[in-house]
Formats: sequence, structure tokens, C-alpha cells
Amino acid sequence: MDVRAQVSMVFHLDKCIGCHTCTIACKNIWTDRKGAEYMFWNNVETKPGTGYPTLWEDQEQYRGGWERDSRTGKLRLKLQGKWGTLGNIFYNPYLPRIDDYFEPWTYDYQHLFDTPEGDDQPTARAVSMITGQYMDTIEAGPNWDDDLGGSPVYADNDPNLTGFSEEERRQLREIGRLTFFYLPRICNHCLNPGCVAACPAGAIYKRGEDGIVLISQEKCRAWRMCISGCPYKKVYYNWYTGKSEKCILCYPRLETGQPPACFHSCVGRIRYLGLVLYDADRIVEAASVPDAQLVEAQRSIVLDPFDPVVIRRAKANGISDLMIAYAQRSPVYKFFKLWKIALPLHPEFRTLPMLFYVPPLQPVQATMHNGTYEIIQTGSEGLAPMLSALEQARLPLRYFARLFTAGNVEIVKEVYRKLIAVRIYMRLQKVGDVPEPEVREALRLGNTDPDEAEAIFRLTALPTFDERFVVPPLGREEAMETQFPSLDPVSRNYPTRKGEVGFGFRKEPARRW
Amino acid sequence: MTLDIILFAVFPYVAVVLAVIVGIYRYVVDRFSYSSFSSQFLENRALFFGSGIWHYALLIILLAHIIALLFTDAWAAFIANPTRLYTLEGLGVALGISTVVALAILALRRLLNPRIRTTTTVLDWLLIVTLMTQVSLGVWVALFYRWGSLWYMYTAVPWLVSLATFSPQVSYIASLPWIVKLHMLGGFVLTALFPFTRLVHLIAFPITYLWRPYQVVIWYARRRATS
Repeated sequence: MDVRAQVSMVFHLDKCIGCHTCTIACKNIWTDRKGAEYMFWNNVETKPGTGYPTLWEDQEQYRGGWERDSRTGKLRLKLQGKWGTLGNIFYNPYLPRIDDYFEPWTYDYQHLFDTPEGDDQPTARAVSMITGQYMDTIEAGPNWDDDLGGSPVYADNDPNLTGFSEEERRQLREIGRLTFFYLPRICNHCLNPGCVAACPAGAIYKRGEDGIVLISQEKCRAWRMCISGCPYKKVYYNWYTGKSEKCILCYPRLETGQPPACFHSCVGRIRYLGLVLYDADRIVEAASVPDAQLVEAQRSIVLDPFDPVVIRRAKANGISDLMIAYAQRSPVYKFFKLWKIALPLHPEFRTLPMLFYVPPLQPVQATMHNGTYEIIQTGSEGLAPMLSALEQARLPLRYFARLFTAGNVEIVKEVYRKLIAVRIYMRLQKVGDVPEPEVREALRLGNTDPDEAEAIFRLTALPTFDERFVVPPLGREEAMETQFPSLDPVSRNYPTRKGEVGFGFRKEPARRW
Repeated sequence: MTLDIILFAVFPYVAVVLAVIVGIYRYVVDRFSYSSFSSQFLENRALFFGSGIWHYALLIILLAHIIALLFTDAWAAFIANPTRLYTLEGLGVALGISTVVALAILALRRLLNPRIRTTTTVLDWLLIVTLMTQVSLGVWVALFYRWGSLWYMYTAVPWLVSLATFSPQVSYIASLPWIVKLHMLGGFVLTALFPFTRLVHLIAFPITYLWRPYQVVIWYARRRATS
């Protein structure tokens, strides 16, 4: 058992209001630079939809992540083998182009002032931020299909809907319009990252202490295999500096005890951050199981931070008492491992993503009949029976199974039954209008009990800042002191790798040669 | 004669020293700039036709030059058979013309595509012009001064060996036609340009990928070994 610590995350999708504040916070801090205009280390997608870049989930096109050899059960990069990488180094056949994202633009506001008097209002024409030339038509943007704008073109082309029956598609449009929810995405800081494996230069690495995946800007040589290798398309190529860049989980903030900017700014308070301990010896094993078992396999390598054996092994591995204490308070551990209501995004990519999502409940509460809006199945108290919320979900459960469980509908059902049980139980507590038998039945179906339901409710609806973000002590000085109790700055009895790792530009990120 | 000495006995050393010293300096001081500066992200189609052909054809031709230089005896034995000589020369001309065509595609792409044009520097253009001159000269020599594979061994090889052994002898190549000499000079001009341009990606070729484990983990402080 090789116990390691990983800073990981939970996004509670029922709480996401799609305001893009996270995106803007990230953009203003990290990607407001030349060559990075099109990058969105954090973005919020409308689902169903084609996402950003367009159709990123379609790995037949982009060939990201890993695939399991059906004969030997072994993992291989879906992109290509090592010889294939070197052979394709002069031309990567699967590389997305800037047009799969969008051509960044600004506006020529001066035109408003300089236009001579005429019959028409002057306009601020769009100017490409790459070429500086006028763009007559803007054909795509970073959030082109936001709130289902442009559907059915975009939503109907969601790769997760392939193979859906007409009945299932009809269910999507139950109240006359397509249902949707938001999917905020950042780098998953995977345990088995495809980008790291695909980089021939070895420039991408996972930090041992906290599992944050970073790209060394000094080692990157623009071989651009990482962009293809990441199935989530969260590695971006800076066309100006000739370097790849990605979400750094705001490690300079984490190291000073603050949550990442997108977490901190989240208006819906959907984001949770905390440490989990996992068994690094079983990464490959967990990533190699058949599709339907992937979620369970990933849960099984996340370790119980209260288990004395785990604590002993963690200490033997140099994880400090303080870090273990933080892992014990981690909200992510609770959501993912203890309560089992958070799920990884597209586990079938087999990178073991460490960002988990609590799926949104979308019960059909009303339908359209002959042009009138009817609330369905109203009970005697005017309360629709919530137990049927699962069967009446407006998005087919198969859709969520495609997104979060590699097609395993049973796991999605288990999650929803528990979420429904929490709602019914809390309805009883707060309003008291649900019959006792229905509550008992809900708790039984949800495989939960009043204490757990109360705890889930508390962390979902009423968490404080410090409960949502249990930022582990990553401060370098602190981390050093916990590992080397007798620090001697003169003889430097502690090893450091200063200057070898990290993102920090010590020079302007521009071409000089 | 003096010009010959400057160009073929002095300049090669200047070029190599520049390549090594500036190359190391740039690696130490500005490692960030060691990049192939790929522009595939901005333009895909012309690059498909240009880049692959250019690199592979050039690598094969370069390899032939190096093999003939390092394994002269084996090379001589190999091309002693006329059939092999003609095949080799024919192949060389075909590959040479391929590099000219591919580089023309790449140059036109840089010139005509506004996106690529904005990411092109003056040094990039200098490099493209030099490379174009060099490969065109190579094709010219191969076509009109037959058979290069043969006389290369008795002119360029001893000259390069004399350079490598620090006893430069320009007499080996002094009587060659000027167009051949230009091709030889071009090689060292490119060597001199190497540390200043994106040509540095040549030595960044990631061959270590073949034996590196897939996952890279870096510890800020290496922990004690696990028990």
C-alpha cells in the first residue's frame, strides 16, 4: 500500500446556477494574456450540449484518454503508442485546431468615433486577436450554446445522446423545451493522467505531495501530444509562446491557505475541496477494470483516513499528522467515498479523474397537454410524490450514466435514491407533511439513515466556508517543518527542488529568439 | 584561396563554436525558448502536406550524408555496384525534390495564411530562406554533378575529417565547382543559425520517451522510502 495524498474536488450540480463567475475569476487571474485568450481552464457547459471545445467527449475524433485492450485487459493510450508518438511528432493527426474552440476577438471601438456621419449607426467591428484583421462573421465563441442557445443543433449533437431512442429524446422535451443543466469543468488532476503519459518531453508531471498536475514551461517543447492525450481537453496550446498550459488548481493560492479562485468565487457554493488519501499501488488496477466497475474501483483505491493501518502507512510515506487530520475532515471523502453520492466525469476515459460531481435531480413536475401546463401526480396535500422523482426524471438516467458512471445505470439510481431520501427526510423534519411510511421507505431505498441524511443535508445546504474548503497545509515552510522537525537553513538538512518545478515565469512568456 | 581558407577552414569552427556556446547559453539562461513553436494548432491542412514530407525526407538525406562520412569504406563498397549507385542517386534526387516542394508549401503557408504570418519572426524567415537555398543547391548538385555519392568520399569527407582533427585542409575541395562549395558552406551557415533559431528543437527530440515510464511524479522533497 503506497499511500499518497491528493487535493480533490466535488461539484454539486444541483446548486450550479450557470453564472460563469468561476470562469471569469480564473480568466482574469491566469489566462488574460496573448496566446491564452481562447483558454478556459475553468468553463461552464450547458448539458446536453457539445461543450468546449466542440464535441470534446467524442474520443473517436480526438482520441484522448486510455483504452482497455479487450483481450489482455491492459491499458494503452487511445492516441497512439510511444513509437506512434515519435512518428507523428511532425504532424499530430488528432490535434484539435483553434477553430474547434473559437478565434478570439475584441472590438474596434475607435470605429464608433471615427465613422463619418451617415444614415446608419456605426458598429464596433470585431477584430481577431490572432491576426489583427477584421472578422466579418463571428462563428463561434467560448460559450456558444449556453442555456441551449442554438439547440437543437448543439444539444442534439451531444455525444452522450448517441443511441438514445425517440422516446428518450421525447422525454427530454417533456415540457415543450429541452431540459438542461450546467456542467462546470476544470482540470480533473487525474491519478492516471493521459496528458502526462502522452507528453514525449516529460514536461507534464504530478506533484507528489498534493497530486496537482502541472506543465513545466521550461521543459515543454510544443510536441502538442498532451492536448490530444487529455480526454477532457483541459490542456491548451498557447499559439504565441509555443507552450501548452493548463489549470494549476491555483497552487499559489492553495499554498497560502486559500481555495482556488474558481472555488472561492462560486456564487452557488457548489464547490468543495479537500484532501483524500489513496493507494498509488492500485492506480493501474483500478483504471483497467471493465467499464461498469470503474466507479467502484476508483472508490476502492480512495482510503479511509481514520483506518489505523492507512494512517500508519501514510506516516511511513511521509504524510504529516496535520495532512492526515485534514484528510479526515475532507468533504470530498464524505461525498465520494462515505456517502457515495459524488461521481467522476466520464470514468470510461480511465484517467481516474479526481473531480467528482453530485448529479442534478431533474424530476418532471409538469407536462404540456394540449397547450396547457399541468402539474402532474399532485397528491392529496398538493405535493407531488417525490419518490417517483427517479422514474420521472426529465433527463433519462442513461444520460447521467453516460456522463458519470461509464454506462452503469444502477450506480446513478443508487445516488438518486439517496438524494431523494435526503429530501423526503428533510421535508419531514422541516415541514412535516410527508407520511411516515413514505419517509421510511425512502430511507430504505436510499440505503441511508436519518443521521446520514442529516449530514448530507447539512454539508449540501448549510456548509460554512471552512467546511466547503478544507485546504490542507501546503505552505512550503509548513510542509517542510512537518517533515523535517529540526530545520537547519545553513546546512540545508532538508531536500528542495527549488527552480526545478513550478509554473512561475521568471521571464516574460514571449518569443525572444 | 584566402577566401577558401576563411570560408572552409575558419568559418566551420566559428559556426560550431557558436552552435555549442550559444546553444548551451540559451539552454541555461532561457530554457523557456527551447521549443519547436509548432503552428499546427492554427493551421492544419497545408502543414499535413508540408511538415511530414519535409522532416522525413530531410532526415533520410541527412542520414545518408552522415553515414557516408562515418562509414566511408562500407559506403564505398555499397555503391561500387552501379545498380545500387543509380538507385541510391535516384532516391536521393526524389527525396531532395520532395524537400524543396515541402518547404515551398511550408513557406507559402507562412506567407499566405494570416494566422501563421503573425506568428512568424524575422529569424524564421532567415531560416526558411537558408534552408530553401541549401536543399535547392543539394538537388542541383545531385542532378548536374554526378555522382555525388562517389566524389563526396574523396572531397568532402577528407575535408570534414581534416576539420575534425584540427588540421584543416581546404585543398581537398578547393577545385570543386562554386555551386558545390556553396552547398558545403550552407551546412555550416545552418550550424551557425542553429542556436539562434527554432532549429534548436532538433536536439530537443524526445527520444527518452521510449524508455520513460508513462507517469511522471515530482516530489518537492523526496520522502523516505516506503516500508
